[in-house]
Amino acid sequence: MTQTSQRPLRVLAAMSGGVDSAVAAARAAEAGHDVTGVHLALSANPQSFRTGARGCCTIEDSRDARRAADVIGIPFYVWDLAERFREDVVDDFVAEYEAGRTPNPCLRCNEKIKFAALLDKALALGFDAVCTGHYATVVVAEDGSRELHRASDMAKDQSYVLGVLDEKQLAHAMFPLGDTLTTKDEIRAEAERRGLAVAKKPDSHDICFIADGDTQGFLAQRLGRAEGDIVDESGARVGTHEGAYGFTIGQRKGLRIGHPAPDGKPRYVLDISPVTNTVTVGPAESLDVTALTAIKPRWCGTAPTGPGTYTAQLRAHGGETEVTAELLPGAELRVSFTTPVRGVAPGQAIVLYDGTRVVGSATIATTERRTTVTA
Amino acid sequence: MAYLDHAATTPMLPEAIEAMTAQLAATGNASSLHAAGRRARRTVEEARESLAEAFGARPSEVVFTSGGTESDNLAVKGLYWARRDADPRRVRVLTSPVEHHAVLDAVHWLGEHEGATVEYLPVDGYGRVHPDALREAIAREPESVALVTAMWANNEIGTIFPVAELAAVAAEYDVPMHSDAVQAAGQLPVSFADSGLAAATLSGHKIGGPYGIGALLLGRDQTPVAVLHGGGQERHVRSGTLDVPAVAAFAVAAALARQRQPEFAREIGALRDELVDAVRSAVPDAVLGGDPDPAGRLPANAHFSFPGCEGDSLLLLLDAQGIECSTGSACTAGVAQPSHVLLATGTDPDLARGTLRFSLGHTSTRAEVEALAKAIGPAVERARTAGLS
Repeated sequence: MTQTSQRPLRVLAAMSGGVDSAVAAARAAEAGHDVTGVHLALSANPQSFRTGARGCCTIEDSRDARRAADVIGIPFYVWDLAERFREDVVDDFVAEYEAGRTPNPCLRCNEKIKFAALLDKALALGFDAVCTGHYATVVVAEDGSRELHRASDMAKDQSYVLGVLDEKQLAHAMFPLGDTLTTKDEIRAEAERRGLAVAKKPDSHDICFIADGDTQGFLAQRLGRAEGDIVDESGARVGTHEGAYGFTIGQRKGLRIGHPAPDGKPRYVLDISPVTNTVTVGPAESLDVTALTAIKPRWCGTAPTGPGTYTAQLRAHGGETEVTAELLPGAELRVSFTTPVRGVAPGQAIVLYDGTRVVGSATIATTERRTTVTA
Repeated sequence: MAYLDHAATTPMLPEAIEAMTAQLAATGNASSLHAAGRRARRTVEEARESLAEAFGARPSEVVFTSGGTESDNLAVKGLYWARRDADPRRVRVLTSPVEHHAVLDAVHWLGEHEGATVEYLPVDGYGRVHPDALREAIAREPESVALVTAMWANNEIGTIFPVAELAAVAAEYDVPMHSDAVQAAGQLPVSFADSGLAAATLSGHKIGGPYGIGALLLGRDQTPVAVLHGGGQERHVRSGTLDVPAVAAFAVAAALARQRQPEFAREIGALRDELVDAVRSAVPDAVLGGDPDPAGRLPANAHFSFPGCEGDSLLLLLDAQGIECSTGSACTAGVAQPSHVLLATGTDPDLARGTLRFSLGHTSTRAEVEALAKAIGPAVERARTAGLS
């Protein structure tokens, strides 16, 4: 059970300009693979310099990636995937919010860009694999099939955002950082030791195409202002908003409701209805989700048959929760939570695990609450 | 290994390296009045005379700069400012849409910040401006033209402009014309006097000289407003301490380039023809960019579009086999944009994405062309499967 095969591969390393992908490329090269670095230009109008810890496609990042490739001693190119990225990730992100859902653009990027557009091009050009700096582990099972597992270091695990990869994609994926128990500090130390100047570069956390981190502003610019009502569970109007897309289920801050609830308890966003442009708020306990349905399942291997017990992860840095899941006819996944969970929004991805192994993922379509069912 | 990117930069000539290294150890600011300064000044002036002779100019018409980009900026901005200052009606700048970015962006900047009205002269399918088009543009309102700037030969597709004819048209209306001759120098006979130009740009590292040195050949009656102000060197239009070693080496390279030009053009033209034939027989549907008539294109230039291919993919595949060439288009952070030159010639935008420029030089060999001939077919086939992303 090894991450990489012994045979030297022709590897295309996606290099963002950050420390993780630089160390990943360096490890792949050190393992004897024939590595070529590629920086993906994902913005048609890149900013010259990164500000703080945000963004990952500035010209400065491109230069950082190039310098890392120089030091590793591998060829380096910049590929312009801005058009594909805009269509498949950015436009989708905006459309999802417009429809009242909460998308995860990183998953989408891995599914459509890094392990589709980039991987397809890499394979066509004669490469065997795409290498990234994700913290996750590819395990080759006894029968030669590939399994995706959580990283050895749970604290850094990024298998959630890779949960969309199918077996064919996994067969050509290489994650050199995931199979060792290394902390971020150790990765930085390793980068330093390798002479990579990105060793001290801050991590990027936010959505890369929203450079200033202002998601609401980004959406408002594209979707315009659309005033509507904020109502409580009885349907009574308790406030107004400037665009339902600006809210996420489970959100508490920024509601700007003048009057407190009759019981004095804080109110949360329970539901977003783009059709009526209405945001429904209510108490925390109304957020408790007992079950959900999810669509567009993608399996890392064969699809499970019959109901099964799994652990599920519902967001990038979320914890695990126990569920029972069953694939229904029509490729709809039905998931019941052993213990109700909060902050579950349509559009989010649910990733199912069997131990450390990623079983698959699907996009949440509807949720069932204790009291109400919402779409 | 096959280096097929001499239009980007060509190896320094041994004679130029020798001249440069000999000067590196010598002390002396060419503006100083003592013996060391006089020695440096003498080296500079001898170089100026040598360079002037190589390009049919008078020594006083040679203004040393840091290279092609600076020469273009000085000519375009400096002449525009001078002409506009003399007569505020003169705000029209006539240029071609296929210029190098050093001209194109300078002109664009004048339009954005200095009130210039930029007019792009029409070009034919080879990217060439015809004298009639220039005449028509000037004649529309001769008194409002500040200057004309049109390249001697195109850096991407190698098309040669009828520079003397264009300059003659401009001269009829007393309009100064500048030409970027960076690619023409060394490949074509370049005589500043015969051209009738007001200004012409030259670069050191494209003709076997060092990087970071160039010249603007500047007619004696031209007084562009300076871009760099300071100590008043170079006729007060280009201040800055002269780089004596680079100036000396540039002049050596220029003299050799001039001396060897006829034979170089003949030999490299024949090798280029072999390259074109080899690419065409390996990839029958490859489209030659620029003028197919050898008389109309630079002898060292070959430019192709490969239908269904991304230029980036081809470059990567050839690079992996030690064959170095260029997609020929400008880069922003390494991202290839469809070439403005090809778009201006009416090339289909999808086709314009799959271009490669092969440019030969003084170290080029038949073996390099053969290496390309062997590699290009499979590379195109592979790049086609990768398609246009």
